[in-house]
Amino acid sequence: MAEKKKFSRRKFIIRGGLGTIGVVSVGTYLSRNMLRRTLLETMESTVLPYDGTGTEANLWFELTKENTLIFHSPKVEMGQGTFTGLAQMIAEEMDLTMEQIQVKGAESASGVVDGMATGGSLSIAGLWQPLREMAVMMREMIKLEASKKMGADLASLTTKEGTVVAGNKTMTYAQIAEGVTEWEEPSETPAPKTSDFKFIGKPIPRIDLKEKVFGAPIYGLDAELPDMLFAAIIRPDRVGATFKSADTSKASKMPGVVKVVQIDDWIGIVAQSYPQALTAKNEVKVDWDIPEKWDENKLREALQVGKGDEFASQKYGSKLKDEDEKVTTMEFSSPIGAHAQMEPNGAVAHYQDGKVTIILSTQVVKVTREQVADALDLDEENVNIIPTQLGGGFGRRLNTYHAIQAAQLSKEVGKPVKYIFTRQEEFQNDLFRPPTQHIMKGKLGENGYLEALEHHYASGDVAINSAMLPAFLLTIVGTDIGASRGANIMYDGLDNRRTVQWHTTLPFSTSWWRSLGLLANTFAIESFIDEMALTAGKDPVDFRVKMLGKEDLSKRIKKVIEIVAEKAGYKEEASSKNKAMGFAASIDTGSPAAHVAEVSIEKGKIKVHKVTCAFDCGLAVNPNQVIAQCEGAITMGMSAAMFERMNLEDSELTPIIYGPYKIALMKHAPKEIDVHLIQGADIPLPVGEPPMGPIGAAIANAVRRLTGKRLTTIPLQEAYDVAMKEKETA
Amino acid sequence: MISFTINGKKQKVEVDENTPLLWVVRDVLGLKGTKFGCGKAACGACTLHVDDVAVRSCSYAVKYAEGKEITTIEGLGDEKTPHPVQQAWIEEVVPQCGYCQPGFMMATAALLKKNPNPTDEDIDKNIVNVCRCGTYYRMRKAIKKAAELNAKNIDTEDVELNS
Repeated sequence: MAEKKKFSRRKFIIRGGLGTIGVVSVGTYLSRNMLRRTLLETMESTVLPYDGTGTEANLWFELTKENTLIFHSPKVEMGQGTFTGLAQMIAEEMDLTMEQIQVKGAESASGVVDGMATGGSLSIAGLWQPLREMAVMMREMIKLEASKKMGADLASLTTKEGTVVAGNKTMTYAQIAEGVTEWEEPSETPAPKTSDFKFIGKPIPRIDLKEKVFGAPIYGLDAELPDMLFAAIIRPDRVGATFKSADTSKASKMPGVVKVVQIDDWIGIVAQSYPQALTAKNEVKVDWDIPEKWDENKLREALQVGKGDEFASQKYGSKLKDEDEKVTTMEFSSPIGAHAQMEPNGAVAHYQDGKVTIILSTQVVKVTREQVADALDLDEENVNIIPTQLGGGFGRRLNTYHAIQAAQLSKEVGKPVKYIFTRQEEFQNDLFRPPTQHIMKGKLGENGYLEALEHHYASGDVAINSAMLPAFLLTIVGTDIGASRGANIMYDGLDNRRTVQWHTTLPFSTSWWRSLGLLANTFAIESFIDEMALTAGKDPVDFRVKMLGKEDLSKRIKKVIEIVAEKAGYKEEASSKNKAMGFAASIDTGSPAAHVAEVSIEKGKIKVHKVTCAFDCGLAVNPNQVIAQCEGAITMGMSAAMFERMNLEDSELTPIIYGPYKIALMKHAPKEIDVHLIQGADIPLPVGEPPMGPIGAAIANAVRRLTGKRLTTIPLQEAYDVAMKEKETA
Repeated sequence: MISFTINGKKQKVEVDENTPLLWVVRDVLGLKGTKFGCGKAACGACTLHVDDVAVRSCSYAVKYAEGKEITTIEGLGDEKTPHPVQQAWIEEVVPQCGYCQPGFMMATAALLKKNPNPTDEDIDKNIVNVCRCGTYYRMRKAIKKAAELNAKNIDTEDVELNS
């Protein structure tokens, strides 16, 4: 077993890093809308860095006797290859090999707690500067110590793969760290490298590849504690339902049942095994009070442009007038979407002597700790959250109230308890991607190009009411910064453009879902632009390029648009094989993406054969993983755009299982995904979400060319089926 | 008492005979590589082999395993001797979150056993598990690579036998 060094906890000042939040704190000025808009635009194009405690290099890094460096990462791994990218950054600056580095999600007791959560595609981009500076600091501290131990002049020391070399003497980092209780801090440290990278920019295989291929127990649900019991929980399965009464008498006598616990609006069944807990759960009879009936129609009535709180997030030039006959207006919409991550939520909790340890898949170690401490009336230091690898995140694990329930159950039975969601609970108690409605307006000028474009949209909560964000941010920004992702019109060459958000709080929880508003907003904007290009008889690629201005960002957008069109061999006409191409582009958190989808319709089914993607995320720390993220975002986005929808009827959200909830399978996935990375910046920019943006519109634009039919609602297959039915009856 | 062989080892378990095999494998025998995804045989995360056939173990009562041979991802191969499917998965760097991948690898290994050289259509028809990260594109490449590696292995075995 590796022995943990008892390092001193001297504070190191870490440069960079904490500035952006400082900008936000200029508070009171920003109540005026114009300033808010500016701030929002800044926030959308700025990478928020690490915002946490534990910035001492020796809290982040631990050296074992075997000379392995363990990095206690403030970010968790949820599939994006983040741990690998972070290890590459460390290897680069600390002169280690990849094999000498292990990455673990930092447990909250380690002192490394990130206030920013893991999300927003910010892990690599956000840690780029602070982590490398920290690694430099650690390397320099090791060298300082080495100069003492080796009796050599500091300036003469060099490093090589985990060793310090002084003339013909070498010592490993571990030997140097042995016995050190007080590290000396260098007065100044060199800046991290900007070129001649050995690890950064290289397609190194993921460091967790073997664990994942050979079935290692690395996920939240794999965790175990000695003498552990299992729990199932009953929650409301109807929107707005509250608990009236329950009969638990039969359940408590079922085989294996240890205790049936009723707290507030939920019932927990603790048993010797999970199947026993589930069987007993089925025997509990609950009477729910459902004060108000909800269905799709009522939902769509509530969720409309013109209803709720209005916020203009973009306002340039003059406003289009509805009475102007030259104005084209189209309506688009997207449904409620489920996260449906493969690993159900759950937690292993152990409450003992006023302290609680919780092992789980979470994107918010800090918030999970706060909420558990609050609910159980404990000091935060008595709550240790141990994050594992996540069996999918996609935003679902930014909400981990179930950690509280697991802790409460453990307290009730005095033993560790593992609680696991059923799949039905996952689908019905998700914090969904909110449904949206969009009104697009545009006007063509004399030259046949757009002279004005407006995006008005209504959405449920994404960032608003989220436990993850500081409330002051929302007060200042004034809009839902999640729903607004991708909502603003990126074509800055257009003098007249306007984006207005209408915010409605829905009767069920909606929240962060990979790329947030980006997929639906881009679907509306890029479908509408495509329709306007067709009306004008213009090439859709050129039509867009013409609307781009001279800003740096516009140049980067232009480049992805032009490259994807060239690589895909974009053609306006459907091919002889009855395939057509659809084009769309977007920008999200400073990373532009453009897609061309090659689509056919076979026996009434939309089929995506190939997607070509050009993506600019600046410096790709690991190009293989960036490409994997593009492939994944395209496939998941395609699934959401073509098939997925939660339905609200009689206050019940369904479906409750995969299959009826139609996630794309192998047979639906494109057989070819051709990704082209473009480096338009010398630092890494967000990756996980931005390439999802254009996919829905790219597919719809292809269908338009194949059939003449403009699909304006997601999921597209359903919209197509409805259109065909209408055609038949007409 | 129910007896079976798992990953080459004889095993006896004392559980309710209707307990889904998944929970016996995970919680009684401690093999966590087989995953719980939906509990209704709808996602395939829990796929393992019973007598070389892919089975969704969340909906397969342990009593049906009596006297049979079970293989889980842990028994498919290991770092020293990876199964061709695992080798292909490594070479194509398939997993993202990785949670569904054991199920996909088990389904693929079973497919290759009965169809050593599957076409795209065979893959579409037989590999019907769910992956939320969207790794299907790489998986398809890996399945084809595994088929190639398999063919090579068989060739080598033949040569060794003949020599």
